[in-house]
This record gives sequence, structure tokens and C-alpha cells, in this order.
Amino acid sequence: MAYATLADDLKELHHPKTWVGKYVWSQDHKVIAVQYMATAIGTGLIALVLSDLFRLQIGFPGSVSFMTPELYYQFITMHGMIMVIYLLTALFLGGFGNYLIPLMLGARDMVFPFVNMMSYWFFLLAVLVLVASFFVPGGPTGAGWTLYPPQAILPGTPGRDMGIILMLASLAIFIIAFTMGGLNYVVTVLQARTRGMTLMRMPLSIWGIFVATILALLAFPALFVGAVMMMLDRILGTSFFMPALISMGQQLGYNGGSPILFQHLFWFFGHPEVYIVALPAFGIVSDLLSVHARKNIFGYRMMVWAIVIIGGLSFIVWAHHMYVSGMNPYFGFFFATSTLIIAVPTAIKVYNWVLTLWKGNIHFTVPMLFAIGFIFTFINGGLTGLFLGNVSVDVPLSGTYFVVAHFHMVMGVSPILVVFGALYHWYPKITGKMWNEKLGKLHFWLTFVGTYLIYFPMHYLGFLGMPRRYYEYGQTALVPHSAHMLNAFITVVALAVGVSQLIFFYNMIWSYFYGPKAEGNPWKATTLEWQTPETPPAHGNWGPKLPTVYRWAYDYSVPGAPDDFIPQNVPADGTSRHHRT
Amino acid sequence: MISYPKTCRRTGQAVITGHEAARQESFDVNIIRQLTEKPWLVKDRSIVEDIDESAFPSAVPTGLWVYFAVATVLFSLIAAAYLMRMGVGHPGEGLDWRSTPKPSLLWVNTVILILSSFTFQWTRAAARRGQTDRVAIGLLTAGFFSFAFLVGQLTVWRQLADAGYFLTANPANAFFYLITMLHGLHLLGGLVAWSRTTAKLWDGFEPAEISLSVDLCAIYWHFLLVVWLAFFYLMLST
Repeated sequence: MAYATLADDLKELHHPKTWVGKYVWSQDHKVIAVQYMATAIGTGLIALVLSDLFRLQIGFPGSVSFMTPELYYQFITMHGMIMVIYLLTALFLGGFGNYLIPLMLGARDMVFPFVNMMSYWFFLLAVLVLVASFFVPGGPTGAGWTLYPPQAILPGTPGRDMGIILMLASLAIFIIAFTMGGLNYVVTVLQARTRGMTLMRMPLSIWGIFVATILALLAFPALFVGAVMMMLDRILGTSFFMPALISMGQQLGYNGGSPILFQHLFWFFGHPEVYIVALPAFGIVSDLLSVHARKNIFGYRMMVWAIVIIGGLSFIVWAHHMYVSGMNPYFGFFFATSTLIIAVPTAIKVYNWVLTLWKGNIHFTVPMLFAIGFIFTFINGGLTGLFLGNVSVDVPLSGTYFVVAHFHMVMGVSPILVVFGALYHWYPKITGKMWNEKLGKLHFWLTFVGTYLIYFPMHYLGFLGMPRRYYEYGQTALVPHSAHMLNAFITVVALAVGVSQLIFFYNMIWSYFYGPKAEGNPWKATTLEWQTPETPPAHGNWGPKLPTVYRWAYDYSVPGAPDDFIPQNVPADGTSRHHRT
Repeated sequence: MISYPKTCRRTGQAVITGHEAARQESFDVNIIRQLTEKPWLVKDRSIVEDIDESAFPSAVPTGLWVYFAVATVLFSLIAAAYLMRMGVGHPGEGLDWRSTPKPSLLWVNTVILILSSFTFQWTRAAARRGQTDRVAIGLLTAGFFSFAFLVGQLTVWRQLADAGYFLTANPANAFFYLITMLHGLHLLGGLVAWSRTTAKLWDGFEPAEISLSVDLCAIYWHFLLVVWLAFFYLMLST
């Protein structure tokens, strides 16, 4: 049967007949979501292997025979770029955004299904172009994930010939792909919500994804402009970013360009990017905590406002990544102030998560463990952000492992813990099967404790003054023996954590084929995606009639109600809250 | 017209139809009221019956306006980069900046782009009145002006290149090529929408059926005209 999409009565949902039409060239948001997730996670695995390889070089120099300095820089560059953009951004917005937005809002699909499909195929193209750079002469770029000119395109930097060109091309394609997807997510949230789904009845997952998508739509153009300009500088010899310089004894043709201009463009994108990754994680973790603590989220409105305020503020803090670029002190003062102000709404969110747990009926399910783990790593990473937000503290620490520890805690480990929690949480809905709980818990403890053991000691290394980005430290008085020992320890743990992810993949794949059948609503959750007539939801999601929403997403443990949860599509019958929560 | 609220026979609560619910809930424009709602209170107004799924307006206009936000950021950042590369506010920087020559053809192109925008506006009115012939003439003329504009811009590229002002000659030139390229690509994208709309008309669609497409094309062309005028002014004044 063909149903009209909610927002556009001219288009009927296109029901394909063939296997290829259903699972490859699919316009169904759920299939596109799984495609996005699989591609992002597959690319992320490459980045994980790269990190273990360069960690071996740091912990045990010379242990990987083929690890040249060039390869080392290429590996850290690709690791960073893949993890931030091709894994986290694509997974949260392309993966969870695609899956959750229509289902949680009671829509049949995204408003522009064809554009949505194109978004995935452009994303896949971007990934292929990126991966192709491993196989071109000179290999991938080794300029660092920030790709700062002039060194990114100068002879002597690894991957200067082809790698940097493919990297910039891949980024440009990714941004086009994201813009197509992002238009869908925003317009679907604005226009395709089912009846009764007011903005303030949307689950916080949707709020996080929605605001993050707006940030991405407005921030990615900066990276796009930067990538196009650098491409012109590299290929056609313009001087947007390239100053006059002598390289290897030769005067180059460049003249008068501004490397700082690139830094501004890059970080005008790069800082919102942190929140593009963090806001969906904030939203999802709020829902996980609420569902598995059987308690409404504490301060829902404050949580929404905090997401919006953090999103707005994230556009006026970018230069705190540039304190060491020699900026005007007043400029630094402004950006330090705006950076520290972000701590206020962020702290509100952390308090509200903790207060949601307080007196909750906490179930230590696997998703809940990951959600609570996130609170720990996020507080840790957030507090070190307060250190680094101050110019005078940042300047001495900027080049050290303290920064590596900070950003891995706050935007590496924290969002990844949420990703795992969310995958465990929604897996039964996506596949209709349930995973193995023991393996899930084992995976959590190995990952949570392991990542803490990797990154916590790095703060200490940073205070010691251990410089980051170095291929090899050799024997210097600067780096004491204890620091070398710590580095070796970190590498051993990193390898163990890397290998332990196999438990996760084994669990997911084995359960898909042999796991027990999952019920439609195994967590007894209130949100709409758990109320679909079929599990996994069929094309069109809702059968002949769209659900109608009568209440917010957090009616857990309502006094007087027969169950400890009331789904959003259950009409009012006197058991609703008529008191302030 | 004033409509009186109906009441539900079973519960006695006020009932609103799909249309009103849509207007009140999904498309409430008072953002402050929306964001200060207390969602934990279950309210009567969400008791909705008789949902007409097809009553919802098209999502395409909203999509276009969201895209305008993206494109505005894109072009604004280029303008910001332009001024920063010139060294505005930074004495001692941008010393290699030389103004690009502005061939007189640029003025002609600008007039052509204005004409295409005007033609779209005229076509829009014709589509609303259901005048098939005028819509056909309007679409073809607007398309012709748009292609003429693109050919004119390419000719300017040739003229500049022949005069020795290619990309690398000086930073203002590089920006000129970058801006005209991105603007031209946006216009080409618009022409894809234009060709689909025109093809529909030839396939026998009524003007009323393509009225929305014509509207959106017109708005998109106005947007690109504003972008071009802004950049033309920027380049003339620097």
C-alpha cells in the first residue's frame, strides 16, 4: 500500500520490489541509516587500526618495522580526520539522525527521500576518495587533521602530491553529502512531526540531532570554502593562504597569502564541529538515562534551552583553538570569556543528568552503563576544557599531551560511549533481535576502564611537558624514564581496548543471525519508535494511520498509572502529571 | 471566518480538526511560546480526530529557505575572506592586492541577470492566473537570460585571461574567479530545477500544478541576484 508522506501530499512513498531497490538504492530512511552506520563504523575501524599502529611507535619506538616518520604523520592525520568527520559526524547525524528523526516524530519518512538517498551515496563517494589516498603515489596527507597551510601543501610534507588533493576533494564531497542530508533532517523536524508532537514534546535525542544539524549546515560552508581555496592554491598556484616563502632553497611562486585566514575558516567550522558531535550525544544520553532509570528527565525545558544556547555560543568561540597563533591579547580575552561561558549551560546539563539518576529506579542495563560511563568521561574532559580555555594556561600546555588527553576524553571517548549505548539501545528495534547481555557488559567494562587508562595518564604526561606530534623522543632529560614507561603502558592498554572491540562486533553480528527475537518495546520506553506496529518497522513505519501524540516523552513512573511508563501516543485518562515535575 | 470549537462526544473536551491542529501545533510561528510550553502537562488541545494527511503544505519551500541560510553563510564567509585577504584592518597585510579590471561586459551580464529575475517574477504571476502560454514564454525567456548570463560570465573569464589576468595574477583575481565560479554553479543548479519545471509544462501539466515550482525558481533567482549584486558592489568598491 502506498501512503503519502506527511509533509508533501504530491509524492507517494516509492515501494521498491527488488532486493537491490530495497537494500541498495533505497529511499527508506531506515535503510539509509543502516548504510550510513555501517559505512561510518567500517571507516572508523580503519582509524582504530591506524591508532594502534602509531601507538606502537610511541610506546615501543621501532617495533613496527615499516613505520617511517612520514607514515606516522599520515596515520595520525587520517586517524583524526576519519574519527571526527567520517565516523562521528556521519554516525550521529547520518546514522542516528536518519533512523530516529522520522520514527521518533511519527513521520513515514524524511521529507525528501530521494535527496536523502543521494546524501548517502555522496558520503560513500567521499569515503572512497579518502581511502583511495592510501593507494596513490606519496600516500595520504600527513599534514595533521587541521591541514594548516603553508606546510600542508609544501614539498616535504607527506602526501603533498596527491594525498592532500584527495583529502580536500573528499571533504568537499562530504560537505555536499551532508548538506543534502541536513536539509532533510531540519525540514523533517520542522514540518513532518505528527499531530500533537509539539517542539517541546520531542525527545531530547531529536533536539540534540536537530540543533547539531543546524550547526553543521552553518559551519561546514567554512570548511568548504577553505578546502576549495586550498585546492586552488595547491593545483593552480593562487595565493589565498600561501605567503611568499623559500622552500628547500627555492623561491616559490606564492605571494602575500594569509595562513591565519585558513585557521579562522577551519576553526569557524572546527569548533561547532565539536558540538555537532557532542549535542546528539547529549540528547541521546538524556533519553538513555531517563528510560533506564525509569524516571523523567530532570529539567526538560532547561535541557532544551541549554542545547540551543550551547549551539549558539559554539559559533563565537572558535579562536580559542588559535591562542598560540600570535593573536591580539584582547582578541584572546574575548574568546576565553565566551569559551568559559559555555561551561554554564553545559554544567546545567551535567547536573540534570545526575539529578535524573537521583532516586531513579536505575537498571544497570548495557545502554545504561554506557550512559553513566559517558557522564564520568564527559565531566573529566569538560573540566580540562576549562583549563585550556584560558589563554595563559593554554599557551604552555597547547603543544603537549594534555591537549590530546582533553579532546579525546571530551569528544572522542564520551561520544563513542554514547554511540555504543545507543547502538545497544536501538539494536532490538533496528534488527528485531536481542544481543547477549554478558558480552555487552564485558565490552562496556573493557572499553570504559580501558579508555580511562589510556587517556587519564596523558594529563600527567602533558603536565610533564611531553610534546605531542613527535615521532620519537629519544633520550632527553625532558622526558624522564617514568614517562617512557607510562607511554608503553598506554600503548599496551590501547591495543587491548582495540582488540576488545571485537567482542562488540561478534555480539552484534552473531545476535543478528542467532540472537533471541526482540519484543517491540523491550525497554518499556515511551517514545514513538518503540510503538511501531512491526519490529523492525516496515516501510512507511506506521501502517495505515499515523500515531497521534498526547504527552511528552518522559512519562515514567507516573503516580497512579498501572505501568511505570506511558507511551506518547496514549491519550490522557487522568493519570497524567498535572503537577510540576 | 470564525470557526467554533467542536466538542468530543465521548469526553466533552474540545476537538480540533487536522487543519487547525496543524496550524496550532506544527506550524506555530511564535517560537517563544513554543519553547516555553510545559510539556509534562497533558493538554486537551492535542485531542485530534479526523486527520487529513494530505492537508499539510509542501516541505520544499522550507527546504529552500534552509538552503538559503547555508548559501548565505557560504557567500558571507567568502566576502569575509576577501576583506581579510585585502588586509582590511591589518596594516602591513595584503600589500600584493591589486584591483581587478572590471570589463564593461560585467555590467551587461548584471542587467541580463536582473532581467531573468524579473521574467521569473512575471511568470510567477502568470502561473498563478493559469495562463499557460504566458508561463511557457516566461520560462523560456528566463532560461534564455540565465544561459546568456552564464555565457557572458565565461566570456569575461576569457577577456580577463587574454588580458593577462588569470587566477594567479593577483589575489583579487583569484577571488573574482572563485566567486563567479561558485555563483555560476549555483545558477546551473537552479537551471536543473528550471528545466524540470519547463519539461513538466511541455508534458501537459496545468500552470496551477507547476505554480509552486515556478514560485521557488523565482525566489531562488532573486536570491542569486542579490548575491551577485552584493559581490559586484564589493568588487567595484575595492
